[in-house]
Order: sequence, then C-alpha cells, then structure tokens
Amino acid sequence: MADENWEPKIVAIICNWCSYAGADLAGGARIQYPPDVRAIRVMCTGRIDPLFILKAFQDGADGVLVSGCHFGDCHYLEGNYKAAKRMFLLKTVLKNIGLDDRRLRMTFVSASEGAKWAKVIEDVVNTIRDLGPSPLREFAR
Amino acid sequence: MAEVKKNEEPRIGVFVCHCGTNIAGSVNIQEVKDYAASLPNVVVSNDYQYMCSTPGQNMIVEAIKEHNLSGVVVAACSPRLHEPTFRNATKTGGLNPFRFEMANIREQNSWVHMHQPEEATKKAKDAIRIAVAKASLLQDLHPKSVPVEKAAMVVGAGVGGMQAALDLANAGIKTYLVEKTPTIGGRMSQLDKTFPTLDCSQCILTPKMVDVYRNENIELLTYTEVEGVEGYIGNFDVTLRKKARGVLTPDEAEARGIVGGGCNGCGDCVDVCPVIKPNPFELGMAPRKAIYIYHPQVVPLIYTIDFDSCVKCGLCVDACGDKKAIDLEMQDELMTVKVGTVILATGYDIFPIEKKPEWGYKNYDNVITSLEFERLICASGPTGGKLIRPSDGATPKRVGFVLCAGSRDNTGVGRPYCSRFCCMYSLKHAHQIIEKIPGAVPYIFYMDIRSFGKMYEEFYYRIQDEGAKFIRGRVANILEDPETKNLYIKAEDTLLGRPVDVEVDMVVLAAAVQPSAETERTRRLFGVSCSQDGWLLEAHPKLNPCGTTTAGVYLAGVCQGPKDIPDTVAQAEGAASAASIPIHKGAVELEPYFAQCIEEKCAGCGLCVNLCPYQALSLVEKNGRKVMQVTEAKCKGCGTCGGFCPGGAIWMQHFATPQIIAQIDAFLLGGEE
Ligand code: FES
Repeated sequence: MADENWEPKIVAIICNWCSYAGADLAGGARIQYPPDVRAIRVMCTGRIDPLFILKAFQDGADGVLVSGCHFGDCHYLEGNYKAAKRMFLLKTVLKNIGLDDRRLRMTFVSASEGAKWAKVIEDVVNTIRDLGPSPLREFAR
Repeated sequence: MAEVKKNEEPRIGVFVCHCGTNIAGSVNIQEVKDYAASLPNVVVSNDYQYMCSTPGQNMIVEAIKEHNLSGVVVAACSPRLHEPTFRNATKTGGLNPFRFEMANIREQNSWVHMHQPEEATKKAKDAIRIAVAKASLLQDLHPKSVPVEKAAMVVGAGVGGMQAALDLANAGIKTYLVEKTPTIGGRMSQLDKTFPTLDCSQCILTPKMVDVYRNENIELLTYTEVEGVEGYIGNFDVTLRKKARGVLTPDEAEARGIVGGGCNGCGDCVDVCPVIKPNPFELGMAPRKAIYIYHPQVVPLIYTIDFDSCVKCGLCVDACGDKKAIDLEMQDELMTVKVGTVILATGYDIFPIEKKPEWGYKNYDNVITSLEFERLICASGPTGGKLIRPSDGATPKRVGFVLCAGSRDNTGVGRPYCSRFCCMYSLKHAHQIIEKIPGAVPYIFYMDIRSFGKMYEEFYYRIQDEGAKFIRGRVANILEDPETKNLYIKAEDTLLGRPVDVEVDMVVLAAAVQPSAETERTRRLFGVSCSQDGWLLEAHPKLNPCGTTTAGVYLAGVCQGPKDIPDTVAQAEGAASAASIPIHKGAVELEPYFAQCIEEKCAGCGLCVNLCPYQALSLVEKNGRKVMQVTEAKCKGCGTCGGFCPGGAIWMQHFATPQIIAQIDAFLLGGEE
C-alpha cells in the first residue's frame, strides 16, 4: 500500500539534559543523518505520558522515538527508569492494537554522544522505512 | 488555577535567523518565513542575519509592542545556547519571558542536513509550526527566588581543590574542603620536580597546604567521603562520612575532656606497631605500619589507623600514654553540612598499564611507571632519591622512556585521548637522570613531543642538547633477558624507516591517566554528566568550562580532563570565582517548571507522591477530600509525576500536557500535504 511519495513521519520526544544535548553535539560536529525526525524537547523522559505516544500514533505517526539519559545518569535521578517501564508496557499495548511495536523505540544517548545520536536516527529511520506507513495513517485527521 | 486562558487570542511573532550562512546555507529562509506567516495565530513573520545581535533582538522588542504579541518564536540555534538571550529580549519587549519558544533549525537541522536543502527547509517549517503551537499556549511564569547558603564545598584536596578552597575562603566564604585520604596535597605531593621550571614540587606545595590548614574560613575534612547529596543550587545538604581514624586531634581530645591530649604527631605509636603494610603513597615501594602517616609533611599531622590491618594489640595506646590520642573503638561518623555551591576536584588515577602486556609491567622487575619513577628519584622517597633499578638495586645507566603508554590508543585496551602532561614530565625525567647519574643516557620513544605550554618548547630543546636520545616510534614490545634482567625495547624508528632494538637497564612507562576511582560515584551523587571516557562534562567546552549542567556544581582540575599543574590551578581559580557568584549574590532564581495540582481533577490517589524523587509532593485534606500539594522549593520540574497521573490532574508548568499534545498535533496534523 506504500504510495510512491511516502515519507516517514517520526516524532522524537527527548530529554533536555542528555539526548537533546547529544543531538546538538552531532550538529556542532556536522554529522549528517536523515532528516525525517522532528524533535520535541521535554526536561526528562519521566515527563512522557504514554498518552503523548498514543496521540502521536493516533495522529498517524509512523514511528516514535523516546530518548533520554543513560540509566544512572538522569538529571532527576530516575525519570528514565520510569520512562523505560512505561515504554515497555506501551509496546504491549501497541501490539494489542495491531501496531508493530518496533514503531516505538527508546534509546539512551548522553550529552557527549553526538555520533551515537546520528546512528540512532539512522537506525530508526531505516526501521520505519522497512515497516512502511503506519496502518493508522488513513484514519488520522 | 493553572489552566490556559481560553479567551485569549494568541498573537505570535516568528523570527527566522540566517546565522550568516550557517542556517541560510541549507534552509530557504524566505520560503520558511513566508510559510510561518501563513500559520494560524501568527501575526508577524520576519527574518534577520543574526537574531542574537542587538538589531536582531531589537526587532523582537519592537514587534512585541507594534503587534501586541502574546508569544514569540525564534527559529535559530539550540535553546540550550540562546534561550536566555531571547527570553531577555521578550522581557524587554514587555512580555513575560516564558512566552518565548525556540525552534532549533541549526544544530538539529541545517548543520546535520547540509546537502539536503529541500528536506532541511521542510523540516524547518515543521519545527516552526510545532513551536508556534506551543507558543500559542504558553503562560506567564515567575521564577522562584531562593536564598543561597553562604558556604561552599570543595571535594578533593589536591592542588586544584586546595587552590579553589583558598580562593573561596579568602573571598570570605566558609568552605568545607573534603578529602578522602588522611592528608591534603593530592598527586602533586607525590612528584619530585615540576616541569619546565624544575621547582621542587613539595617545596611549592607545602606552603599552600599550610595556608589551607591555617585559613579560618576553611574547615578541613580529611579521611572523609561524600555519602549523599540533596537539594539544589543555594541549598545543598551534603552528607559526609568521617571515616574512623582511630586517632583524636587535640580538639577532639579536648571535647572528650582530655586536657592537653590528642595527637601531636610524635610518632611514638609507629615504633611499637607490629603490623607492616605497603604504603600507598609510595606506591607500595616502602612499608608503613597499621598506624601511619603518608609522609613527613602531611597536613594535618595526625596519625591514622588502618583498621583493616590493625590487630588491636593496644601497644600504640600504651606508647601514646597521657595524650590518650588513640581510640581503637572509634566508629565512622555521619555529618550533614549545608552549602550553596560545590566544586568537584576529584583528580585522576594512573591507567592500569599491565593491561598492555607487551610492555611487561608487573612482569619484568625493571619496568616501572613514571609515578614510581617520581618516588624513586625524590629525596623524600623510599630510596632517599637514589635512582635504582628494582631487580638488583644497581644504578641504571641506560633508561628507556615509553611515551603515550596507553594514551592515544585506539585498540580499545588503552585510552584514546592524549594525557597531556606525559611528554613534559618524561623530558624532565630524562633531565633528572642525566643530572644525577654521570654518563647515563635516556632513550625517549615518542609519537610526537607535545610541548605546547609556556617555556615548554624551550625545555624540549634543552633536553635535546643535554644528550637525550629521541626515537620516533611506538614501542611494539619489550623483552627481558632473564639473566641480566636488562630489557630490549623493540620499535620502529619511523624517521629512519627501520626497526630498532635498544638494550636498556630500566624502562619507565609514561602511563595514561584516567578519572580517579571515586569520580563516577561522586558525579552521580551530584548529578554531573561525564564524557565517553569518564571525565566530568563541563557545561560548555569553551564558554563555560568550569560549570556543569547541574546549577551550583563546578569543576576544577584533571577530573574534567587531563591538564598540567598550571592549567589545573587556573581552572580551580575560575571554578572558585564561578562558585562564589551565587553566594555573593545571595539569591538564585529557579526555573519555574514546577508541577501544579489541578484540584478538580485530582482523585487523591497519591501515586505521584511516591513517584517524586524529591519528596516534593504530599496529600492534604481540602474541602473534605484528599488532594495533592506541591512544595515548590523542592520540585525540580522533571515531570515524572505529570507523566504518570492517571487523571491528568498534574499541570507541568511550561511542559503541560495540552502544550505537548499541541506540538504533536501540529507536526502530524498541521503540515502541508
Ligand atoms: S533527564 Fe534525561 S532522562 Fe531524565
């Protein structure tokens, strides 16, 4: 069903202290990566209500990336642990509603890992391109 | 209560920055600007070469007034760089500064899609649409001003930590200097001479150690570790563990009613102690007793009992006599101090160079590290300054120096970075053996000699003239003659383009440095990030090299990355100055990203109360039912509670659910087809 001009729409919700800073570092180093991801900044991945992710899929997102600090490095001690648990549960929910759970991904990228950020984006975009458009796209809007 | 004012018609101004060609090179500014003008709620859209310049900021100020804006969006670099700048401009224009939102179209767009102008332009439009959606829902917020405790803490009392503590104390600030070992002085006190001046390390350090000890504003806490940290800038509660030293200071003795008692450093106890252990200060090359001091110049001059090896025979207690300084039953003590700011100066360790077996460290007797060399050549060291080789005590005539031992190593075993001071101290070592041992020849195996500091290059020439042999090439391996214990250094001389094999009496490995063992634990307690190799991460490598991303915590010395003594002391003075600013100001503003309870929606379930890592939330009775209440001073704004509340009853200021949902919707539903 993938139409010719399909371009993936991927939302990244990322924490201010690690992944957002890591993404900025990739920029400073001019590391090139695919342009298909739009980032929304929150202070900590702990802020991420599962509702945000479900809303993104409902709106037709082809993929959602959640990225925060490494375990033990969260600026607020343990927000990322809580986020990781939520994402884990959410993946089950996605499967139950018929979405491939690879469309949701959680990664840990520190403020010094610019190259890793670029790699993560590449991986995520490749995964989503392989999976094709979200089956929910046609119901969006 | 905190809800978006529904009746307010948002009026948003968008300002697109060219950043010279940094953004304009790949993003079509005109197209983006026109697109922004077409977005709902946008009443003005403009662009400028450099939005952060004075004319750029004025543009925002004027537009706020002219168009009666309710929100401002600047599409430029990262908010981590210029959000404060544009918040200020927004404020100058008469709007609340939190009615500003930034679209990052440089670090996360033009710079990473340099060859895809079409996609970059499309992404910039999306980013602005997302930012406008959020800006349309932003509210007035007011930072909370909190008082700053007029005290500071420095963790680590090497030369950097001592300098920072002295500067703070001399600026009138009460400073706690925390050191895990029984004495201050750090690595520098283990060194013999310092390059390139050849000052005696102890001679220049000891007066500083005494200054620290005498300074009224410094509370010296040796043999003490950080156990826990709570609070935030201005109000850190740091829990410290004062390890049981087994010996009372004169003050402590007096507090116990022992008049004129306590340790006076006489050392009578050492003579009778039957337990012998290696002295870590001498890197195990000299013995110490179970009751010990590291070296004669320790500050404070108070003995310490190593309870892991003490047999509690009590001979020392008898020897101490009336001074009653020894308490074999002493326990660790926990204490909490309140400070406004903290400087970390936790220093470095030597990379365990035995991990590179090709050089034979710990396998061949006569292969030593440079720090061991420092102790062996030092007059106060285990040999009284007579350089001998470990296998037979003979004086070495031919000494090989292996530079970059474990540094600049991309094999995954060593460290990828340059340790920055090994070239220079190896040159100094070469000088020292030429000076002390007539006819001695140093062979220096190097990759490049990095002599970048003031008078360093000149020092390099001097050592060349003195007769040191330089061989450019990485040492492949070292073999030992089992009879003579002499060593054969095998390398390729890359200048001559042929292999060399040099017989020497002794080899000194200029081993890489790595963050000290406590760095990881300490940084986690203070919430400081680190770079991939474990060095603590500065807030900005160029513009904020002493700060960290945790407000109120600063860095000094090698814990932030390898540096020599002059650079360490300079950074320490910088960190002290930075750490004194909030204290002298007396108050700091906290970003108002607090959680708020929407009481109509709160069911009083209390799930959030347990989730909060800062105990900022509690349940209270209001109008006959339970609702959550936030203690703003404790809330750091992570939003963990808001991410979980099943009733959607928590409003995270500036990152509220409707604001984030609006961003998601704007991206996915609001775009051009
Ligand atoms: S701050 Fe990065 S995950 Fe919590």
